[in-house]
Amino acid sequence: MMSTRALGLGHSLRKAAFGPSAVRNQLMLRNIVGKRSVQIQSMPASAQDQILNKQRIHRPSSPHFTIYQPQLTWLGSIANRVTGVGLSVLLYGFSIAYLVAPTTFSSANVVETIAGLPEGVKYAGKAILAAPFAFHSLNGLRHLGWDMVKFTSVKGAYMTGYVVLGATAISTVALTFLK
Amino acid sequence: MQSLLTATRSNQLSLGKRAFSSSVSRWQAVPQQKPVLMKEFKIYRWNPDQPEKKPELESFKIDLNQTGPMVLDALIKIKNEVDPTLTFRRSCREGICGSCAMNIDGQNTLACLCRIDREGSKDTKIYPLPHMYVVKDLVPDMTLFYKQYKSIQPWLQNDNPPSGTEHLQSPEDRKKLDGMYECILCACCSTSCPSYWWNQDEYLCPATLMQAYRWLADSRDTNGAERREKLQNEMSLYRCHTIFNCSRTCPKGLNPAQAIAQLKLELATE
Repeated sequence: MMSTRALGLGHSLRKAAFGPSAVRNQLMLRNIVGKRSVQIQSMPASAQDQILNKQRIHRPSSPHFTIYQPQLTWLGSIANRVTGVGLSVLLYGFSIAYLVAPTTFSSANVVETIAGLPEGVKYAGKAILAAPFAFHSLNGLRHLGWDMVKFTSVKGAYMTGYVVLGATAISTVALTFLK
Repeated sequence: MQSLLTATRSNQLSLGKRAFSSSVSRWQAVPQQKPVLMKEFKIYRWNPDQPEKKPELESFKIDLNQTGPMVLDALIKIKNEVDPTLTFRRSCREGICGSCAMNIDGQNTLACLCRIDREGSKDTKIYPLPHMYVVKDLVPDMTLFYKQYKSIQPWLQNDNPPSGTEHLQSPEDRKKLDGMYECILCACCSTSCPSYWWNQDEYLCPATLMQAYRWLADSRDTNGAERREKLQNEMSLYRCHTIFNCSRTCPKGLNPAQAIAQLKLELATE
């Protein structure tokens, strides 16, 4: 051991024993093989646009919402959009339906139909209507705050986000059991 | 022979001075081997030379105890030791150049500022910046992003600059630029923005809009009217739906969402 140290061989011996020599050898081998197979092609400078354009046609678009981490920020925004669209469809759908068939969709008729439904269906239906209504309204207030440049830090956005979710849960329950 | 002699001589010298460090047992000591901590990295690969082959995730396993602490260290280790064809941008390795922006475990960040999660059982997925054209592997095409930045004329415009003296600004006015001038244009925020994903061709992204406001907020710039005029349309600015992905992901801790909110308020009330 002493002689190897004196000769300065200790380090390399140790490296040979413990180092990832297999990987290194493979790499060295590949380098040798790779260098031999490289062929150089001469082309004018003007050819670069052609190569670039040919590449650009084939470039894939990198993945986006499928790989992005689910966060309260953008999931909340999507929920706002979806509930908004849902509520609009309901409002406009019902209005148009009333115009088309005023007798079937008259208030008295609708009240009668719903009164005849079983209790469970009534509560489920109320919850399904109440949740998007509560969320969209409360999140709208959050957006009004942002438009006045209030709560515009990341912390503020998250704090108001959780407040809106909590308030939505409470109002949904309240609206569902409202007699 | 020469080296052998000098080595023995220095040993003798040090024996006299510091017996402990050169004892026989010390000479025989081997450095302590760190335990092997293997971690799997799944990295997005696409090669322009084989365009017909679909992009895929390639798995690499490396020993974290033989790697630096950051994701960029892991990428460089993989490139050096496993697969030299792995392609990514990097330069400063300290979060000031913005080259190594990529999507790591679902969040856009700089690989050089992102610590490796040392939980060995969980893999780390690395993708290029979302919804960008891929040049190769982790390298996105930034042409459009730079064009958009150029379109807001990111320089000081003043018809009547003071001649022969410095262009002074009060400390309060200077303070307005803090949190905006530090942007390194890494495009992490812009490519985290769903609005930018869907309207890349017309919506100026968060990074560009924050810089637009940086020049509007500058007390020395007199071109404000024209700058505002350019943003007064449906697409350039108002496609921002205050999602906050931009501020959430900024690796420099800046707040583009706030700058855009201020910009909207100024434009709406002018």
